[in-house]
Amino acid sequence: MAILVYAEHDNNELKKATLSTIAAAEKMGSDVHVLVAGSGCQSVADAAAKASGVSKVLLADNAAYEYQLAENVALLVKDLAGDYSHIVAPATTTGKNFMPRVAALLDVSMISDITAVVDAKTFERPIYAGNAVATVQTSEDKVIVTVRTTAFDAVVAEGGSASVETVATVEDAGKSNFVSEELAKSDRPELTSAEIVVSGGRALQNGENFTKYIEPLADKLGAAVGASRAAVDAGYVPNDMQVGQTGKIVAPQLYIAAGISGAIQHLAGMKDSKTIVAINNDPEAPIASVADYFLEADLYDALPELTSKL
Amino acid sequence: MKALVAVKRVIDYNVKVRVKADNSGVDLSNTKMSINPFCEIAVEEAVRLKEAGVIDEIIVASIGPKEAQEQIRAALALGADRGILVQTDDKAYPLQVAKILKSIAESEGTDIILLGKQAIDDDNNQTGQMLAALMGIGQGTFASEVKVEGDKVNVTREIDGGLQTVALPLPAVITTDLRLNEPRYAKLPNIMKAKKKPLDEKTPADFGVDMTSKQTITKVTPPPERSAGVKVGSVDELIDKLRNEAKVI
Ligand SMILES: Cc1cc2nc3c(=O)[nH]c(=O)nc-3n(C[C@H](O)[C@H](O)[C@H](O)COP(=O)(O)OP(=O)(O)OC[C@H]3O[C@@H](n4cnc5c(N)ncnc54)[C@H](O)[C@@H]3O)c2cc1C
Ligand SMILES: Nc1ncnc2c1ncn2[C@@H]1O[C@H](COP(=O)(O)O)[C@@H](O)[C@H]1O
Repeated sequence: MAILVYAEHDNNELKKATLSTIAAAEKMGSDVHVLVAGSGCQSVADAAAKASGVSKVLLADNAAYEYQLAENVALLVKDLAGDYSHIVAPATTTGKNFMPRVAALLDVSMISDITAVVDAKTFERPIYAGNAVATVQTSEDKVIVTVRTTAFDAVVAEGGSASVETVATVEDAGKSNFVSEELAKSDRPELTSAEIVVSGGRALQNGENFTKYIEPLADKLGAAVGASRAAVDAGYVPNDMQVGQTGKIVAPQLYIAAGISGAIQHLAGMKDSKTIVAINNDPEAPIASVADYFLEADLYDALPELTSKL
Repeated sequence: MKALVAVKRVIDYNVKVRVKADNSGVDLSNTKMSINPFCEIAVEEAVRLKEAGVIDEIIVASIGPKEAQEQIRAALALGADRGILVQTDDKAYPLQVAKILKSIAESEGTDIILLGKQAIDDDNNQTGQMLAALMGIGQGTFASEVKVEGDKVNVTREIDGGLQTVALPLPAVITTDLRLNEPRYAKLPNIMKAKKKPLDEKTPADFGVDMTSKQTITKVTPPPERSAGVKVGSVDELIDKLRNEAKVI
């Protein structure tokens, strides 16, 4: 049986998370289909059809899926599930929201946030804020998994030529209504797929200091901006910047943590970065245990100097 | 209106766990156990809704070992009214937990069902969504704001791109994110009072739920260690290392 991958997108663009999820799916079996559920999202389906390794794209284009409300999307995926051995989605807030619903509707268990595929029914996933890795085996006929996208190298976005089929059924559960959305606008790269991330913590003291000290360095490096929970809770930056166990997982080539102590919950979100730099005035800060380069310094001196010398 | 809050007993978030030498799991002997932080936020939200006059009664439920009583008592000390312990020594997987919670929610007729967005031990982030699906009702996951208006609730959700607000008819399931509220500390008199609040004991069999999952954890290993890094003495040295050693800029 084929494998169904749920596409992450914003009705315009196919997100890179989808390409990493396809890569994970290819390790579970050979025939990968992609479901694009949204509204006015033909361009996303066309992009998915070009992705390497995809043999078919299913396009469910309807107002009911515009905001990918879990109640509606889960019913749609359940309708399609009969043809598939595996249903796979990225562990984004969209995937985390609807996938457990799909599993419950099918009365099967689910495996969240996998970081490796051992075989078609066996996976690895971090537990306890990444302080342990569990190997999980399932004997379900239908395997429902979400994928930690930073753990899989994306498939090539171009070169494929899958067919695009329209899904006619429309599922509107009538159990939820979209009210409003406040989306962060930024010209910087997306946090979860950026090559370089510059993050600030409580030591930044306020939002203005993020603008004054973190952002110029990020812009110089073409980096995304991240933050610790403390910085988000205090309102220095919005919630979508939180890196960690319960925020976003990042694994860039370079992660710079300024004024972040390195609590396990923060480390869980960034310790798979290739190179980690910590700038902290406390040489005993736990972040030192994962940093490749630790600069003991006052960030208010070090960040401007670093920005100007790059 | 009645609220149901699901609380899980987990290792305290401050404790660094160690994997057992035989790779059978993590060592939980003599470790401090607490109420899952997201569940604590869920209890606090229910208490605030009660204080605002929206809710009349708060029921807390936990599925787990006998000792999970402690976490139920902790929730009662924060302001919940009564508890239900569904006692089992089996590992509680989200689908089975959701099935038990569904029975409780339906028999109690609860309008608002609050859970944490994730339990910080298994990091599943599944149970609330499964419960909503089993009950055929709406879900407001990763909530940073909850507003009950008549027979519906508006939930603002923390999503990857920012914030999204959805409206759900009641009953509905809500799972909490970190910014929803800051839980209060239980005061001593309330801790004493909590000891006298009713706590029912049940078993999964009472709800017709078999705890065995088709999932098994075959092995638990420590994560790959990062090799120790170096201290750099200046910004110039840092730049040099990043350019010429790590080659990342
Ligand atoms: C359920 C739960 C989930 C959580 N999830 C997350 C999560 O996803 N992500 C996350 O990040 N946290 C999370 N946390 C919070 C985590 O435990 C820590 O509280 C948080 O990461 C601390 O943030 P911080 O490092 O910015 O602040 P602090 O721990 O206060 O550290 C500030 C650091 O800045 C340094 N400093 C101060 N002044 C300067 C200066 N002038 N120059 C240089 N350095 C300076 C200090 O030495 C210190 O090391 C979670 C906690 C719980 C309970
Ligand atoms: N054994 C349990 N007993 C009570 N509530 C639970 C249990 N397991 C999970 N939950 C609830 O479901 C939430 C999410 O857990 P999980 O899906 O396991 O990450 C928790 O914050 C609890 O509110």
